[in-house]
Amino acid sequence: MRDPASKGSNRRLSARSIREFATRNAIILVLVALVLVIGIVRNGFLQPDNLVNILRISSVRLIIALGCAGALISGGTDLSAGRTVGLSAVIVASLVQRPDYASKIFPNMPTLWIGIPILAAIAAGMAIGLTNGIVIAFLRVPPFIATLGTMTIAWGAASLYVDRPPLGAQPIGGLRNEFTNLGTGSLGWPGFSIPTIIVIALIVFGIYWVILNKTQLGKNMYAIGGNVNAATVSGVNVRRNLVIVYTMAGILYGIAGVLLAARSGGATNNYGQGYELDAIAAAVIGGVSTSGGIGTVGGVLTGVLIFEVLNNGLVVLGVSAYWQQVVKGIIIVAAVALDIRKYGKKR
Amino acid sequence: MSGNEFVLEMRNISKEFPGVKALDDVTLQVRPGSVHALVGENGAGKSTLMKCAFGIYKADAGEIVLEGNPVTFADTRQALDAGIAMIQQELLPVPQRSVMENFWLGRYPEKRYGVVRIVDDRKMYADCKAVFNDLGMDIDPATKVMNLSASKIQSMEIAQAVSYNSRVIIMDEPTSSLTENEVQHLFSIIRKLRSQGVAVIYISHRIEEILEISDEVTIMRDGRLVGTYEASTLNNEFIISQMVGRTLTNMFPPRANTPGDVVLKVEHLTSGIERSFRDVSFEVRKGEIFGIGGLVGAQRSELVEALFGLRSVRSGSISINGTKAVITNPIQAKRYKLALLTEERRATGIFPALSVLDNTLIANLEKYVGRNGLLDEKRGVSDAMRHIEMLRVKTPSVRTHVENLSGGNQQKVIVARWLLTDPEILILDEPTRGIDVGAKYEIYSIIADLAKSGKSIIMISSEMPELIGMSDRIMVMCEGRVTGILDGKEATQERIMTLATQLS
Repeated sequence: MRDPASKGSNRRLSARSIREFATRNAIILVLVALVLVIGIVRNGFLQPDNLVNILRISSVRLIIALGCAGALISGGTDLSAGRTVGLSAVIVASLVQRPDYASKIFPNMPTLWIGIPILAAIAAGMAIGLTNGIVIAFLRVPPFIATLGTMTIAWGAASLYVDRPPLGAQPIGGLRNEFTNLGTGSLGWPGFSIPTIIVIALIVFGIYWVILNKTQLGKNMYAIGGNVNAATVSGVNVRRNLVIVYTMAGILYGIAGVLLAARSGGATNNYGQGYELDAIAAAVIGGVSTSGGIGTVGGVLTGVLIFEVLNNGLVVLGVSAYWQQVVKGIIIVAAVALDIRKYGKKR
Repeated sequence: MSGNEFVLEMRNISKEFPGVKALDDVTLQVRPGSVHALVGENGAGKSTLMKCAFGIYKADAGEIVLEGNPVTFADTRQALDAGIAMIQQELLPVPQRSVMENFWLGRYPEKRYGVVRIVDDRKMYADCKAVFNDLGMDIDPATKVMNLSASKIQSMEIAQAVSYNSRVIIMDEPTSSLTENEVQHLFSIIRKLRSQGVAVIYISHRIEEILEISDEVTIMRDGRLVGTYEASTLNNEFIISQMVGRTLTNMFPPRANTPGDVVLKVEHLTSGIERSFRDVSFEVRKGEIFGIGGLVGAQRSELVEALFGLRSVRSGSISINGTKAVITNPIQAKRYKLALLTEERRATGIFPALSVLDNTLIANLEKYVGRNGLLDEKRGVSDAMRHIEMLRVKTPSVRTHVENLSGGNQQKVIVARWLLTDPEILILDEPTRGIDVGAKYEIYSIIADLAKSGKSIIMISSEMPELIGMSDRIMVMCEGRVTGILDGKEATQERIMTLATQLS
């Protein structure tokens, strides 16, 4: 849909329109350039298998980053993302172990319908998110601190859950195939198929796009992040909206935890460590403002892809693991510096 | 004696802000060892003039002469070093830190041990204490500033000015947050300063106080100098007539509204916090433009924000269309068909990074939720477009970020936002502040049209011509109390100003 004022602009290709396109889509051009450059230097990078692998990893990362992006857009942040993913992963994994697997967490548990473990894991994520929302909206604890607390709690909870004294925390393996298929299987027909995990990520992406762009909640999120005082005066129910934002994020982390366990075929209490920082970094690279009120789901997708292309590319290029960290760090800071330049010019 | 009759002379000062001539050829001469009052309406240019003297603003034209020498200040630090200090309205120190750390901020005494420099706490304390004792102030330099009363903080700032060896100390509305006893204490400090040869420039709108404390009075109006007089020759009426003495031009649209039944009835409303509005009662009729006048500190914004549920109320009642209304947040206020255009457009009005469309719809999104739970964007755009055209908002498109519009157009976008909620009572807090003259007339026309269509308007304004030109009735407040309600036809600037400065 467009308003009359923009009607009648003819779409001729001019130097100016190209420059405008480049500015507006700078981040996508960066992604394309990265893929091409790495692909030219190392042919292996552009192999379909490698690209699909990047997309599989990106699927989980995208879902986490969307949750964090929602918190950022509404003027907060969410550090609990990674550990919540880990908690959900151990919960789902513990409930879908094969009946004949030797060291089961619950040795006498009957084989459950697969929906129950998945819902349990998502509910755990949702509970953490709901806690975040209530603490932030009603106790007025700054989001950074509130989610720092729940991040620590989630890790502790995941560790306790898999703790088998005196052996300590145990990894969970031997997951049923019908579950791991979520992470490793494909949908489609002979000759054409798409990995299930990518399909799920795209569905989540689509739903989140609709929420941010087409619902009251989404508009309120941008308004709260953009100017919380004006939102209050306008009669936006700021507290309720914040609770929903963080609960929604928790649900996304729950889904991500399920997919992560399915893709890797197991889980440990260390799953998800540091994912929140990767997610925030990806969101920021994709143009989400750390000061709130600005950001798009398309940008988050692009940010995640850049991050994962870089991760994979640096490995393919043979950069040492230590240097990879240095390069990633520089990219994050450079992206935020650009972000500030873009939005912080006024005054 | 240096032979200078004046310690500070500001000669022919002019200062322009975009669209406003704030100061036009103003001359101020201040004698050493005197108290020089500076009076005028809100916006007369008093504070602007003093900010020019203190190095916060740079005058476009004119010169500043301090003890016979022309001076220019690039910043306030240079002004302080030269001997001019300013105690500003509501300029808060660092509340979490101690008095002495605030006192010496930016100039901590240090002890040197070779290359190592350590802040000398003991000297800070002793020097601070010495200044306080000299001025008869009882403040412990080691207490945190947040534990001090407003009066003590002000005393601290005055002492700080003295510690810079200031020859001229400017005080901007120093008594606005003080009790009567504290005012007398301040006056004793001012008299002590005067006896030590310091010149005090005293900005205030409390005429009784000015007559009590000052030696000379300079009156300003609309950025121009009216005159400088010896305080002993002045009286209340003369000062007020000189402050407001201007004629009304026809800068307001004709009005065709006819006030009907009472819509809003406020009885004995008292704020939940100290020293805010007290015992406020008034009625507003359907289709009426009800003005609220007063000076800075009259608590008008606090009153309407309480009506809208943004501030707490201790006692009193609000009735809307004959039924008691309990409003504790803006969501409830909207249900009672109230709308509030706040005074601070940037801080509490616009969402700069959102589009005109989103800014217009934000207070009313629930109306656009379709049966599928999603927003009906087509209907939103068409409603927004209709209001934007009706209010003649100048914008390239509804997708334009609102931060790219002029102040007047931003204000119209907020008006559109509230009109979409279909309010019965619109509260407009300084609706034309920061808007250029042409756009002001458009805002006035919109207000007149809304009243004609049966909406009740409550309009706070510090511009008296606007208040008189637009209102059916005008309620005047002073320091949180209602001092009178005037009929618009018989209201004059003198009468409003008399009520606005009438301390009870």
